[in-house]
Amino acid sequence: MDKRTTEREVVAELKDGMTIGIGGWGSRRKPMSLVREILRSDLKDLTIVTYGGPDVGLLCKYGKVKKLIYGFVSLDSIPLEPHFRQARQAGGFQAGELDEGMLQWGLRAAAHKLPFLPVRAGLGSDVVSVNPDFKTVRSPYQDGEELIAMPALELDVALIHMNRADVSGNGQFLGPDPYFDDLFCHAAKRRFMSCEKIVETQDFQKEGSVHTVSINRLMVDGVIEAPGGAHFTECTPDYGRDEAFQKEYASTAKDPDAWAAFKKRYLEVSEAEYQEAVKSR
Amino acid sequence: MSDATRAEICAVAIAECFRDDGETLMSAFGTTPTVGGRLAKLTFSPDLFMTDGTATAAETVPPLGGEHGPDVVKGAWMPFRLFFDNVVWTTRRHAMMMASQIDRFGNQNFACIGPHEKPKAQLLGMRGAPGNTIYHRTSYFVPNHTAKVFVEKVDVVSGVGYDRAAELGEATSRYHDIHRVVSNLGVFDFETPDHSMRLVSVHPDVSVDQVLENTGFELAHDQVVPETRLPSDEESHLIRDFLDPKGLINKEIPV
Repeated sequence: MDKRTTEREVVAELKDGMTIGIGGWGSRRKPMSLVREILRSDLKDLTIVTYGGPDVGLLCKYGKVKKLIYGFVSLDSIPLEPHFRQARQAGGFQAGELDEGMLQWGLRAAAHKLPFLPVRAGLGSDVVSVNPDFKTVRSPYQDGEELIAMPALELDVALIHMNRADVSGNGQFLGPDPYFDDLFCHAAKRRFMSCEKIVETQDFQKEGSVHTVSINRLMVDGVIEAPGGAHFTECTPDYGRDEAFQKEYASTAKDPDAWAAFKKRYLEVSEAEYQEAVKSR
Repeated sequence: MSDATRAEICAVAIAECFRDDGETLMSAFGTTPTVGGRLAKLTFSPDLFMTDGTATAAETVPPLGGEHGPDVVKGAWMPFRLFFDNVVWTTRRHAMMMASQIDRFGNQNFACIGPHEKPKAQLLGMRGAPGNTIYHRTSYFVPNHTAKVFVEKVDVVSGVGYDRAAELGEATSRYHDIHRVVSNLGVFDFETPDHSMRLVSVHPDVSVDQVLENTGFELAHDQVVPETRLPSDEESHLIRDFLDPKGLINKEIPV
């Protein structure tokens, strides 16, 4: 089956109030071309579930986020995401902050179609008080231990970005870490994968071992070829993080004029124009 | 006479935190903790396990910034999910994290200042601190010891302290182990009857009163508090000539 589609078609499917999971980790292999398309849309009141990076900063800046469920938000080389920081300090959205490991467990529960998974991480910390709807379960065995019943993080849609994919929805990571992209797909009703390059299925192993084809076509509903689609986050070995661009992005948080100029140049344009503007710097 | 800087003394005190860990993953965040942790592995704790900071174990010790250098022998694959599955949740790790606030019982905050729903200052967030502290040994590093950091009550609990762990009961808190705190003024542990913080040693040229004045809670201490030990010649050599030739730790702790 040929599952090729475009950012525009994917975002046209999304609705206000949906729960959207975004793969990658921090400022690494984020489906940024899909995020940029959401910024161009009228979508609002989204619940975003992610190990956050600039995807979160941008969606917050645009006021798209009603609730954020997250393990952290960081630009890696810039530890604090300044736009996220600003939005948090303005109290602009509901912050469902989790321990990093709890987020994995919530996705895993959804992936395995379980209502919850027991988890010890979070107990005793204020993760419990900032998520007052979380309940605990007691072990039915002799230990009797009381654990958090981490609720399944069921997603309406998952968005991920891979190095390579074929048209049927198999996906390959060529960098060092698969992150949790597979769990985001398993946890979602509709799954969209952008990639640097679409290849023939028989060509996957020219660039990486069989172990790097971590996404299979049962996990994906649509494939988008998006060269530079993770920019400015890293997408090794295709490209590293664009640190200069990231610095420029970060510096606009404190300067409304700089933000307006950044937005006009890079975000109020098509994806092709974005990529052109990045190259012509 | 030693010409050791305060930062070098802190690095050695940090190395000492990892002395008896054996075959454990040493995770140290911050410049001085990175140097201190690696110093332990190069000297008295050779079995410590570490990563290159990305997704692979480093089986030889790199200098600061040299994690991906050609001389670093890479071992096992260690992407984030295996980090949770194989290390954190199997308890085989000792993490040294920073603390923006820490209280008497070792509750730590680097999440935010002010109320969580609308913080005055968003900091790092909870990150892995809740899971780390409930699953494995944890120590803390504070480069700027003041009463604003060593506080009576932290604004938000990211890392779990002894009082909160005790409330969870024995089964849940059985891996909880806040080992030590190293600051620019001294070394601290929680080896008191109620697990409240205790001053273990003051760094050379620091007085006990200076530590007490800069601590926002009642700090336990013995009548006579020893001085933190100085680096040996070998340790000085390893810090200055190999781990940190640019002296970056002296920027983190400028005394």
